[in-house]
Amino acid sequence: MDYQLHFQAVWPYAGQLAYGTWLTIKLTAISVAGGLAVGTIGAACRTGSHRWLSAAVGVYVEAIRNTPLLVQLFFIFFGLPSAGIKITATEAAVLAMIINLGAYATEIIRAGIEAVHRSQIEAAQSLGLSRLQTFRHVIIVPALTKIWPALSSQCVFIMLGSSLVSQISAQELTFTANFIASRNFRSFEVYVVATLIYLVLSVGLRQILRLIDRYAFARR
Amino acid sequence: MKFWKLLFAATLAGLMFTINTAYADALDGIMKSGQIKIAIQEGFPPFGSVGTDMQPQGYDIDVAKLIAKGLGVKLKLVPVTSANRIPYLLTHKVDLVIASLGKNAEREKTIDFSRAYAPFFLAVFGPPQAPIHKMSDLAGKTIGATRGSVEDLALTKLAPPTATIKRFEDNNTTISAYLSGQVPLIATGNVIIAAVAKRDPGHAPVEKVSIKNSPCYIGLNKGEDKLKAKVNALIGQAISDGALDKLSRKWFGMPLPKLPG
Repeated sequence: MDYQLHFQAVWPYAGQLAYGTWLTIKLTAISVAGGLAVGTIGAACRTGSHRWLSAAVGVYVEAIRNTPLLVQLFFIFFGLPSAGIKITATEAAVLAMIINLGAYATEIIRAGIEAVHRSQIEAAQSLGLSRLQTFRHVIIVPALTKIWPALSSQCVFIMLGSSLVSQISAQELTFTANFIASRNFRSFEVYVVATLIYLVLSVGLRQILRLIDRYAFARR
Repeated sequence: MKFWKLLFAATLAGLMFTINTAYADALDGIMKSGQIKIAIQEGFPPFGSVGTDMQPQGYDIDVAKLIAKGLGVKLKLVPVTSANRIPYLLTHKVDLVIASLGKNAEREKTIDFSRAYAPFFLAVFGPPQAPIHKMSDLAGKTIGATRGSVEDLALTKLAPPTATIKRFEDNNTTISAYLSGQVPLIATGNVIIAAVAKRDPGHAPVEKVSIKNSPCYIGLNKGEDKLKAKVNALIGQAISDGALDKLSRKWFGMPLPKLPG
């Protein structure tokens, strides 16, 4: 192999790469926060006693989990304006990522909730805890503790999935890498740099989630 | 010895003369044989493609028909690719090349060009009512473009710094972004707009600001001045009697813009 690597061809675009990385971090932060909130509420509805609500959440989960993220993204970006709702590329990206992560998180958290032993809930009820108190202290926290590794993986996955939003001109890391490659034709070098940045971001996100696990669910 | 030298010189001269007369005048040859051979492309709609009836169709093919009719001879279409269209002409396999051929200094060294016969340009397109007439009007506006395309590179240089260029993966995504209202303007080629006009006649954007103009010319061999004059006259006539405008509306979905002479 006599390919000459020219990383200096990427250097003039360092500012743009930094901007792209920052947008990827912002997209991930917002969609992880939003997705986990949607997932928690979704899981509560799914396991709750309200039959229609449970069925509705079931339809949402199955519809999202059985279609590609890219298609969902195009659906929101190109579909909503046709219905008269104008949103920017970044807004469409955040919305799609929250909806996507929300569906997977619902399913993961539901598994955690169902793993909480029935007798624990009965014990909480006999101690006179309200339904909300029971959910908060007896159900959701132990549930999250159990499924946290799976949920962390899903969060990393949605961060990597954010590369897809480059397709609708949201200027995150992959978009920036594509853009640079189309200007200096040094695709290999650009994608090596982008890959390394993604790797650092993934490891970083995992560490943050591990810290949350350690301090928020300290009772383990 | 003098005799032999003379004979050799005479033979050489004679040979050269016959070579000369063989290709002396393409127009005479065409009229004598009653047929004109024209190179066309079959893989570049709307200029040239193969229709559902397996017959070549497109703007170039219609122009070829127009030229043949104007000369009063039969037309023989010879399919070529963009790589071999000039070799076909140079080796006299064809008399004319009507295959979305652009003019540049390099090509002008080898072949001759007629006057322009087809519009081929890159521009910023938008809704008919948008008040945008020059590059500086794009300040503060958002323009969609296909990433890495010629129009993207040119617009990045030409557009005012406050203009936002939204870059999409391919032409189809760029067009979708425009049609769905995600970007109010797009930078692309008239050929791409032609495809939109065909699918969605009501919503095709119109030219707002020109980015790059490189119209197509008919290619012919050097030294064929009689043929060139005749072809130019036929193009001129087709422009003035509206025949080319009709073809432009048919294949590009827009009236014929002013073509350079």
